[in-house]
Amino acid sequence: MSATSEILPSPAIPGDLRQLAGDLVAKALRAGARDAEVVIREGDEFSALVRLEQVEKLKESGSRGIGIRVFTGSERSLHSASASTSDFSAEGLRRLVCGALDLARVTSEDSFAGLPEPGEFGALPGELDLYHQDVYSLPVATRIEYARRAEAAAMAADPRIQNSAGGGFDAATGRTVLANSRGFLGEYRRSYCSLASMPIASAPDGKMQRDFWYSSARKVSALDTPEAVGAEAARRTIRRLNARRVATQRVPVVFATEAARSLVGHVFEAASGDSIYRGASFLAGQLEKVVAAPQISIVDDGTLPGLFGTTPFDGEGLPTRRTPVIEDGVLKSYLLNTYSARKLGLRSTGNASRPMAGNPGIGTGNLYLQAGSISPQELIGQIQAGFYVTELMGFGVNAVTGDYSRGAAGLWIENGELTYAVEEVTIAGNLKEMLRNIAAVANDLEFRGPVASPTLCVDGMTVAGE
Amino acid sequence: MAGSKLAGGASGPAEGRFLFRKFGLTERLLERCLGEALSAGGDYADLYFESVASTSISVDESLVKSASYGVSAGCGIRVVSGERTGYAYSDDLSEERLLRAARTAAVIADGPARQPVAGFRETPKSGLYAIPAAEADPHIAQKVELVMRADRAARAYDSRIVQVRAGYSEELRHILIAGSDGAFATDVQPLARLNVFAIARGPSGSARGSSGGGGRVEMDFFLAEKTPERFALEAARQAILQLGAVPAPAGEMEVVLGPGWPGVLLHEAVGHGLEADFNRKKTSAFAGLIGCHVASSKVTVVDNGTLPSRRGSLNVDDEGSPTRETVLIENGVLKGYLSDKLSARLMGLADTGNGRRESYQHIPMPRMTNTYMLSGEDSPEDILRSVKRGLYAVNFGGGQVDITNGKFVFSASEAYLIEDGKVTAPVRDATLIGNGPESLKYVSMVGNDLALDEGIGTCGKNGQSVPVGVGMPTVKLDRMTVGGAGR
Repeated sequence: MSATSEILPSPAIPGDLRQLAGDLVAKALRAGARDAEVVIREGDEFSALVRLEQVEKLKESGSRGIGIRVFTGSERSLHSASASTSDFSAEGLRRLVCGALDLARVTSEDSFAGLPEPGEFGALPGELDLYHQDVYSLPVATRIEYARRAEAAAMAADPRIQNSAGGGFDAATGRTVLANSRGFLGEYRRSYCSLASMPIASAPDGKMQRDFWYSSARKVSALDTPEAVGAEAARRTIRRLNARRVATQRVPVVFATEAARSLVGHVFEAASGDSIYRGASFLAGQLEKVVAAPQISIVDDGTLPGLFGTTPFDGEGLPTRRTPVIEDGVLKSYLLNTYSARKLGLRSTGNASRPMAGNPGIGTGNLYLQAGSISPQELIGQIQAGFYVTELMGFGVNAVTGDYSRGAAGLWIENGELTYAVEEVTIAGNLKEMLRNIAAVANDLEFRGPVASPTLCVDGMTVAGE
Repeated sequence: MAGSKLAGGASGPAEGRFLFRKFGLTERLLERCLGEALSAGGDYADLYFESVASTSISVDESLVKSASYGVSAGCGIRVVSGERTGYAYSDDLSEERLLRAARTAAVIADGPARQPVAGFRETPKSGLYAIPAAEADPHIAQKVELVMRADRAARAYDSRIVQVRAGYSEELRHILIAGSDGAFATDVQPLARLNVFAIARGPSGSARGSSGGGGRVEMDFFLAEKTPERFALEAARQAILQLGAVPAPAGEMEVVLGPGWPGVLLHEAVGHGLEADFNRKKTSAFAGLIGCHVASSKVTVVDNGTLPSRRGSLNVDDEGSPTRETVLIENGVLKGYLSDKLSARLMGLADTGNGRRESYQHIPMPRMTNTYMLSGEDSPEDILRSVKRGLYAVNFGGGQVDITNGKFVFSASEAYLIEDGKVTAPVRDATLIGNGPESLKYVSMVGNDLALDEGIGTCGKNGQSVPVGVGMPTVKLDRMTVGGAGR
């Protein structure tokens, strides 16, 4: 034991995590911090993978960790530093606090640093439909059976599917506690479960294709059936068989929902305050300007009950909220945490994300592109020749310039119909122009993760192939 | 594999006893856990203890805005029965919790109990990297100075550099592995990295550049061998260069890849597809191709975990097996796979020491270490001169591969047009795409200038990240698809 003699609550009792967080904040202040913020996370995970009817992997465990952020110096100009640990012993906690304070000696004074103002804190009321016991109460044998059925449904769907990367059932629960020296103390629990099927199909020439499908939810009872997941996985895999390349050309590119949401993700990166104040974004300086086609609206909303991007408060203890990012093609707001907001002379939008160690970053709530009115079939039906993209590969997106170039696979569109499979081609453009060239948006918005988009069509992209 | 029987208690080489000391482990406790893990049968069980301390510092707008320190520790327990793996972990290393985790992992098996082999045999140490002495950090101010130097150098390079971010991160990982077959290994693995990111602004817009490097080294590596200025100037140079870049071409053309980091081509095009797990399951585009020509006869590719101080190197892998050099492709012919214990046993192959995992929370699987192509005979100048119209790509961002159909991409962040044998205008970012088992057949020239990358690679597979290295000499491919937005 060390020279310090603080008495800390027993870490073995989960109910005391709130108290532990508060005590650590107090300990940091006593040790010389002007302000402090503590996050504690604990969680359990389970995963089962069944392959060719055999259980291949079974994993079940839990872990927890504490992160602390301290501020020292004068009120006008603070130093900050952070530390994290998985060691909840008294000695481990002492080292955590001392480690952060030691590091604060070497960081720079920064007049924009510091916790949010006391009046900004808050949390949405209620559980927000984020936590359901059924995710963890299901017997292990039943979970394995879900995974087995998801794989079996895909294998049974078509004789060309004779192999598989498996069927999986995953579950997780987690609890987050956040406390700071300006009076905020909040916590929430979340649950998650998912069911996946990953078949492999072979063409007569032996060429293989993989694809997958999944269903995820905050409660088991909201999952699609294993049979539905397996059947959809099989359909997506079979349609990739006998894929070919196409000639290099400029055509409209239709982003299916799973591909379209990555475009919304790029808008997030470009609209996040850290990129903006650093001038590292093609959206810097574009507030109230037209940045997208007039039918495009993108909203971030962290308040929607039960969804994957929902929390009662953000990583700094501010209540989550609804923020229109792009409205009818006009950039209305960046997504900000406290630091980037101060840098830009704006207010935080409640989008702070809190890593265990390090300064808060910026995260999404539920970020989505608003649905249009036509069906995906009608959208495709309007296109003479084009590329329907179901999968994108690689990291060829530059948020500074907007340059966009990624590997793509999907189906060719001819005379308004989906025809043969296409692979080993790239699609390229520039995000600035791509957002303005969104010619149509379908009505199939579905929240399968924290970032969502309906099917949409971008005119005039370059497809590079043969 | 000669080894010494372990003595219980706290004698022996100090670095090997770190975890014993720190967590009060005894040889008897390890044996009890392994016994509990095999209480329902199974072919094999192992324990992976890990303790990691990490520090990171970053500079943004010439201010040290972030400094953090983290520690984590835990144990992962695995039971293997045929093709089945049961896994559990705990960050509480009390005897009670370890035994509980062992029982959870044991659920995968359903037979009579088995006894672990009595007595551990320690894998000999190969000493590929220096082992730091202390846990405490007396050098924090010098580490801060490293990132400040990077910031100053990048800004001084050109007045058009308007933003610089620099970061230094390091970790020290102690591991201890004990297997029911008597395998026993410990290692202390340093890992450090310095990164610089610069933004340049010109009359027509902004552009970015980035650079970095490191390895299984400590801070002094950046004082002597690879200075912050070196990385800073490289990031700034790239950002300024990109201000004047023209749209990248689109379509199939001749492509010359520069030496070093462009070896990410090999990592994606062949490396992943040769990991044994995908081939055992016949889900890789390379399944069944051993002995076949998968590349031009000028191509020889190896994976080598034994290079001193390299980011992808390991004295032992995360199953306690010694690492080695494995020939993947020799003169164009596919020679071998990268295996871990499970796939070696099930496929009747040698264990190549490629069983790796991100942390104690993860199940090990076959992974690359340092993957590179050996030098050929052509001079880089001759290679460039031979190209009528093509692309010369010297720096890349990341890559990705679809193991099953073999399609891979990698994204060029610094590339130039080649016109009539001359390197001309820089082009904007573009993704290159190809097919793993086919694309290396178009290698027509291989340079005599093999270089390994600076030590920046992190590979992701099934949600697990591990540090890796790549390398390549200058290489000419007669055709490859370039995904620019231009003509």
